[in-house]
Amino acid sequence: MTDKSTVIGVDVGGTFTDLFFLDESTGAIDVVKVPSTRGREADGFLDGLSRNNTRLAEVGTIVHGTTVGTNALLERKGAKCGLITSEGFRDVLEMRRRDRPATWGLRGEYTPVIPRDMRMEVPERILADGTIDTPLDHDALRAAAQTLLDQGAEAVVVAFVNAYANTAHEEEALQVLAEIWPNEHLTAATRLLPEIREFERSSTAALNGYLQPVVASYLDRLNTRLGEEGFGGDLLIVQSNGGVMTVDTARQLPVRTALSGPAAGVIASAEIAAAAGFENVITCDMGGTSFDVSLIAGGETHLAAQTSIDFGMVVRSPMIEISTIGAGGGSIAWVDDAGILQIGPESAGSIPGPVAYGQGNDRPTVTDANVVLGRINADRPIGGKLDRLDVEASKAAILKHVGEPLGLDAIEAAAAILKVANARLAGALRLVSIERGYDPRDFSALPFGGGGALHAGALIGEVGLKSALVPRYPGVASALGCVIADMRHDQVRTVNGILGALDTDALAAQARAMGDEGLALLGDGGISFTGRDLLVELDMSYLGQTHTVAVPVALDALSDRDQIKAAFESTYDTAFGSHLENVAIRVLNLRVSAIGRRPKFDLRVLAPTSGVTPEDAIASRRQMYADGGWHDTPVYDRLALAVGSVVAGPAILEQLDTTIIVEPGQNARVDDFGNIVLAAD
Amino acid sequence: MSDMDPITLAVLKGRLEQIADEMDATLFRSAFNPIIAEAHDASHGLYHAETGETLIQGKSGLPIFVGAMAYATKAVIDKAREDGNLSDGDVYIFNDPYDGGTHLSDFKLIRPYFRDGALFCWIASVGHWHDVGGNVPGNYNPVATESFQEGMLIPPVKLYSGGKLNPDIVTILSANSRLPRSVYGDMNGQVNALQLGIRRLDALLDEYSGPTVQQALTTLRDRGAVLMRARIAGLPDGTWSATDYLDNDGITDEQMQITLKVTVKGEELTLDFTGTSAQCMGPLNISRSTAEAACYVALKHVFPDVPANGGVLEPVQIDLPEESLLCAKAPRPVGGYTETILRLIDVVFQCFAQAAPEIAPAPAYGTINALSISGHNPGGQRWVMFSFFGGGHGGHSDGDGLNHGNAPISTATIPPLEILESAYPVKFTQWALRPNSGGEGEYRGGLGAIYEIELLADDAQAFLFGERGRTPPPGVNGGGAALRNRFTFPDGQGGWAEPPMTSKMTGLKLTKGQRVRLETPGGGGWGNPAKRAPALKEQDQRLGYVETKDKA
Repeated sequence: MTDKSTVIGVDVGGTFTDLFFLDESTGAIDVVKVPSTRGREADGFLDGLSRNNTRLAEVGTIVHGTTVGTNALLERKGAKCGLITSEGFRDVLEMRRRDRPATWGLRGEYTPVIPRDMRMEVPERILADGTIDTPLDHDALRAAAQTLLDQGAEAVVVAFVNAYANTAHEEEALQVLAEIWPNEHLTAATRLLPEIREFERSSTAALNGYLQPVVASYLDRLNTRLGEEGFGGDLLIVQSNGGVMTVDTARQLPVRTALSGPAAGVIASAEIAAAAGFENVITCDMGGTSFDVSLIAGGETHLAAQTSIDFGMVVRSPMIEISTIGAGGGSIAWVDDAGILQIGPESAGSIPGPVAYGQGNDRPTVTDANVVLGRINADRPIGGKLDRLDVEASKAAILKHVGEPLGLDAIEAAAAILKVANARLAGALRLVSIERGYDPRDFSALPFGGGGALHAGALIGEVGLKSALVPRYPGVASALGCVIADMRHDQVRTVNGILGALDTDALAAQARAMGDEGLALLGDGGISFTGRDLLVELDMSYLGQTHTVAVPVALDALSDRDQIKAAFESTYDTAFGSHLENVAIRVLNLRVSAIGRRPKFDLRVLAPTSGVTPEDAIASRRQMYADGGWHDTPVYDRLALAVGSVVAGPAILEQLDTTIIVEPGQNARVDDFGNIVLAAD
Repeated sequence: MSDMDPITLAVLKGRLEQIADEMDATLFRSAFNPIIAEAHDASHGLYHAETGETLIQGKSGLPIFVGAMAYATKAVIDKAREDGNLSDGDVYIFNDPYDGGTHLSDFKLIRPYFRDGALFCWIASVGHWHDVGGNVPGNYNPVATESFQEGMLIPPVKLYSGGKLNPDIVTILSANSRLPRSVYGDMNGQVNALQLGIRRLDALLDEYSGPTVQQALTTLRDRGAVLMRARIAGLPDGTWSATDYLDNDGITDEQMQITLKVTVKGEELTLDFTGTSAQCMGPLNISRSTAEAACYVALKHVFPDVPANGGVLEPVQIDLPEESLLCAKAPRPVGGYTETILRLIDVVFQCFAQAAPEIAPAPAYGTINALSISGHNPGGQRWVMFSFFGGGHGGHSDGDGLNHGNAPISTATIPPLEILESAYPVKFTQWALRPNSGGEGEYRGGLGAIYEIELLADDAQAFLFGERGRTPPPGVNGGGAALRNRFTFPDGQGGWAEPPMTSKMTGLKLTKGQRVRLETPGGGGWGNPAKRAPALKEQDQRLGYVETKDKA
């Protein structure tokens, strides 16, 4: 084994910590799954590392997907943070964009992560054109910072109105604050996001400051522990955009980890799909309370410019676009007062969990329906915390809460739950494909995580998909994604000009400067790249529209107005079917992404090196309900199947962390990479 | 009630709603005016072939349209009968507020959907256009005395006949707007949304067959009625009443009132508006269809789980006195309809708060405060900054009202001040929560806002269309009233003045460096303030939501 040839991907999720080991010199791999240790995430991390024989001194890189930031936001467990704003504007953060949590009912409140008494105003004003209207009052700034410190602030954020047009005052404020602030937790909103829209920028910066102390102390603890175990390589952190960053950058910009874990799963899926020859896939991750889907078209993941972690908790920073609906294994099935069967949004989660877990919930869930219909193995529950599942309790709950109100027996009611749940999951797939102009017949579902493969076969028929592609290790996709992910830095500047009047040479020069900055950030930390790329996009619209489209433009084309116009019209055609003539075109933002391509490994190393025929892989048989009747169904040991094996449905394929259902009329084929391809006969 | 397989029913419900939602999303993304794109002042849905009753409506559009579009579709059904030549590919367009609701700015595009040669249902799109003529840019004319001063009025006419565009209509519409390009862009966006609906319906009916989908629509409608009856039956029988007020009609400074008597008897509900003021000279009138739609919005806030279909109104009787404020006749002006329906919703909440305190919130801030500031660029082009401003929501049995929310009839967001400052010669000098503005209570009303704007250009004019300048949003169940709406401007002697009509102003002349200040109401309080938890009281003081000094 060569020195430092091992790369480890570690995804710390809510329930499990998954690890993926790759020795780049030999191609040897290993996967490990250990329970997560909530609150002491580093313990589970180290526990997982110890389950493999690799000596940490021989490890070159560890890439980490983390939910520490996500959880701190969702559970409101960030640091005590202060905000300093322009005079007159401390409430921007709390006033949001004047929205409300739910259309109907007028209930619901909003508590900003930085409360009103921790928000200070200082005399300072910059106008929309960048001119300074009122100079920054340094004495007032120092006094505000002192008040915040006296009130216990651990971090401070500066967010001034119109600073996107001129960052001078925020930069000045950082210098003044650096003299008196006792720690490194300083955020200037435009350093994070020099983009027009004061609420979105303030919110992103506030969440960053709120996370800095929490994420920094976690990463410091982790780094120390790893060092003690002899690790001397690079620790990299996965961002929500699917790229990785250094620990130093992550400590400064923790808000970029808000969707770290799910992003890594989508990155892995894109790579697995591309290797297997699938350019167009929709990834599906079914958890206890939600179903997350993400579209990969032509091998490319989609990025969203903004997301809300919760009502009013807006993060504006490019992230892998993941659409979520509230339908997971723990979603409760119920009949409303109008007699209509509903799934969710209420969920039993993993605690107390489905009725079958016997932990106190007596309302039936989607998982209970799968248990009753023989789709989930009641004798071998996934997760390893329970010995067996209580089928009779599931059946009784389904009969009482769904069967009786609808006049169905328990089995019919369970089948109805599954049918309606699958219809909701299908709706999520339609949302990201048909509604964006893609034809689902060109796409395959790619389930990762534990639950998706149970439903993937049914979704093929429901949505009209080409097929489903189940990775060999769907349960550790996010950890695998960590190993694969490129390093990436996204930057944005607001342009806000009319294309016809724009100084395109200056635009090109700015893009090049941003590119140089991004490439420099990729760093000289000894991380090896196989290539470095710059991607340039312009947010554009017709004058008068408020929504923009993201238009990819080559860096070299930026100084050419006609090429920019042609690129916009082509993007607009794709989005809306046709474009308009003789209407002025506006350029709102310039976006530049610097990407350091990390070495890829041949995914064929995941494939089984030996294997048995389908007949020899049958581990048992059980009754499974499908298409309105029971079937005596073979249960295969999925990982034992040789490359090229074909299994006809109905069939059940089991492995440690997932179950794949092959519906009647479908077949499952093991491809060269050990993936299962499900398709209609 | 039709008997339908419950599984198919649940699946079709989701598929049909997704079609309407997708039509909403398409128009929001492609719209040319921010009132549709950002404020979502638009809506799409499917309507009954014979009656026009709402079958399915999108969840993301403007709440008030959920009720109003059924009346608009009915108006087109009547016109199509009269025309007698309805065919596939026809699209009707109109904005007549007396025959289908709301105000002139809302253009409805309605298209028949044929299946196997027979009319299956109607698909409709409505959107608020940026400018439809009239005396005031943006069409909020607080001194209109006839609808002719508020903008062009288009009765139901065919924009498309059998799929062929009638370009004359487009020429007429464009010639009557200050912003013809915006009108053209939004009209096209609505046509595209309807086309999308047709494609999605075709696919759904191919998959499930027309009769099955028809049966699902009928069943969903019937289930809506069943659910509403169950909700009404859950209330105690009895009669409750409330009266609330509008400042004036913008012409004569006389207070007007909306009076409601709610009667619950078993599964039936009666909303009787006898005692409401007569129709007025100014633009605060609403037509019968708008009033009925507003009742629907209020009921859906009280019972959020009832679906958006016509069945819900089956057990509800609405009595509107003829030629009253809530049942005005043409050409009484209706441009300020938002203020009147907000007050109507307030009295519904006040009645239900008496019947069952836990189900109704206290009234929200109760005015959209349409403020526009307008001038000319050095090049002579006109600029118009136009926006609605926010306020507090009412306290409710679960907690305090939301600070700075949008109006109950809308899901509109407010534009970022940086976008406004980059587009218009203004500088906001304050954008803040307004302390003390929420009514006190066991659960406090949410806070309104303070917006202060300075003019950077040499001169401009300001227009305001607001309400709640005299009567603040009241509390319920012992809760206190919020602070009233207040608009102030320089009085020329170093102080601040309020408009003679308090909440309405036209042609206020401003010069460089002058400021206007809008302080919006909070929401009413819920329950006895003496029962408010000490920790919440302490927090109100610490965060400055309540300031003991300067109780305005």
